[in-house]
Amino acid sequence: MRTIRFLLQKEFRQIFRNKSILAVVLMVPIVQLLILPLAADYEVKNVSLCIVDHDHSTYSQKLISKITASGYFKLVDFPDSYQKGLSYIEKDKADVILEIPANFERNLIRDDSQKLFISVNAINGVKANLGGAYVLGIIREFNSVIRTQWLQPPKFSNFPVIDIAITNWYNPYMNYKIFMVPGILAVLVTMMGGYVSALNIVKEKELGTIEQMNVSPIRKHHFILGKLIPFWVLGMVVLSIGLTVGFVVYGIVPEGELGLIYLFAAVYLVSVLGLGFLVSTYSETQQQAMFLSFFFIMIFIMLSGLFTSIDSMPQWTKVITWFNPVTYFIQVMRMIVLKGSGFTDILPHLLKVAAIGLVLNIWAIRNYKKTS
Amino acid sequence: MEEQVIKVEKLTKRFGDFTAVDEISFEVTKGEIFGFLGANGAGKTTAMRMLCGLSIPTSGAASVVGFDVYKQTEDIKKNIGYMSQRFSLYEDLSVIENIKFYAGIYGLTNKQIKEKSEELIERLGLHSEIKKLVGALPLGWKQKLAFSVALIHSPQIIFLDEPTGGVDPVTRRQFWEMIYEASAKGVTVFVTTHYMDEAEYCNRVSIMVDGRIEALDAPRKLKEKFNVSSMDEVFYMLARGAKKAVI
Repeated sequence: MRTIRFLLQKEFRQIFRNKSILAVVLMVPIVQLLILPLAADYEVKNVSLCIVDHDHSTYSQKLISKITASGYFKLVDFPDSYQKGLSYIEKDKADVILEIPANFERNLIRDDSQKLFISVNAINGVKANLGGAYVLGIIREFNSVIRTQWLQPPKFSNFPVIDIAITNWYNPYMNYKIFMVPGILAVLVTMMGGYVSALNIVKEKELGTIEQMNVSPIRKHHFILGKLIPFWVLGMVVLSIGLTVGFVVYGIVPEGELGLIYLFAAVYLVSVLGLGFLVSTYSETQQQAMFLSFFFIMIFIMLSGLFTSIDSMPQWTKVITWFNPVTYFIQVMRMIVLKGSGFTDILPHLLKVAAIGLVLNIWAIRNYKKTS
Repeated sequence: MEEQVIKVEKLTKRFGDFTAVDEISFEVTKGEIFGFLGANGAGKTTAMRMLCGLSIPTSGAASVVGFDVYKQTEDIKKNIGYMSQRFSLYEDLSVIENIKFYAGIYGLTNKQIKEKSEELIERLGLHSEIKKLVGALPLGWKQKLAFSVALIHSPQIIFLDEPTGGVDPVTRRQFWEMIYEASAKGVTVFVTTHYMDEAEYCNRVSIMVDGRIEALDAPRKLKEKFNVSSMDEVFYMLARGAKKAVI
């Protein structure tokens, strides 16, 4: 125990003298949490729209005003032909073209059906998809409104109108900031555990001081604990700063127990520290460690469900996510913060992360040799 | 009969096809200053690492202070000091923090740590520098400090791997005075070096060429045997026959 105390004292002294680590611990969570949730937003606004109106009727005017009033669109122009509209897309000035054919109103009333044409610039896939979907949604609504107007009273109608009411549970206003902040926080804690710790150990290899440790009678597990505990503490500090920023800036108060978040983070950090430690045993230079860590953490984050839904991934990547601790942490953060999940809800995740941590740490300890 | 603290017999280390250390045998007596010479790549560091318990030999036998280099590496580590050619103190810790840290991990009691560090600082005359970061000290001071720190747990043997590389002649001289002091107290000194004037300071030297020990004796006797006037010439005559090493 006494040895660990000396190791910890040394490690913390070095950390507090290293300005760049302090910056990572204190500034990065604050800056990232201030910038990322605002930028990493799924909601698409400012879709540039061109409307080619060949009809110029009351109904076409109604439809246009309904679309422009939705707030999602920025009207670029009313070109008089589809060709002109297309040239806007080619110049990347428009994302969506809506073409309203001539006799739109007349056909709608007489034939009870009419076709509209939507053309979408799919270079930015997300924007195109959502922009198209918004237009469709508005048209559908427009459609049902005029239909109910014509077919009153509805009890005589052969066509029942099904009205759908949607309630968003756990995040009623679909506020993406509330959705993103817990996720980003999870990523920050991961970086601390899996990246900074690996660099620290490999730095000792580069300087040659690790050789001095290996030639001392210091026990292997003491050395490892002396390295992992400081970064475990730093990870917890990052988490606390992050939760504070989430509360102060975004007003996010976890629905569930704060203690549960810390409990899960405590286990989770052991798991990612194991990864960092494992990487360090395979690397000789900080550069190697950096690339190796970066490789794993990048994949873990991409497949974590932070930016894209895991449910829509192909089966083989889903299998990878089972072994990805970041996935579980992000899910648990969202469960506790948004949904107020309790201990029994997160227990399966906790056990899986603990198991991953056990494997990574045992592997790393076996691969770290004082005598080669 | 004098006590043999290092006994090595046909010790060999291979890395794949490459034989870094090829069946070397020797013994080192307690309190002796044993010079371990050889050109770059001759296998000095590999041999030394095996004796320090950092590397397991491929074959052969060796014991250091009575402990086996295969099975009792951790017992060896308790009883030896080691200072490598690469600087081994923490540059971002102060002089006193380094001393206390190394004393602490070797299991000294708080009282011992206090006594030892005061004595060490006194001897090195580092009073005004104890709160300075080690990185800010001149190289010669660092090396002297590293040597003293390597001795802080009173080991029976100290291994020095090119301890005076890049150090000015005056400091080198002082460094060797410290080595003599330690030796006079009964510490066995096992030192590798490239400086042939330093070889003359050793009680006995061995010269490694291509992983083998080509000569082993007191410097005076080696000079007689090869009929030359300096260790420089002895080294040159032996090392010239090397296949791998470049001089």
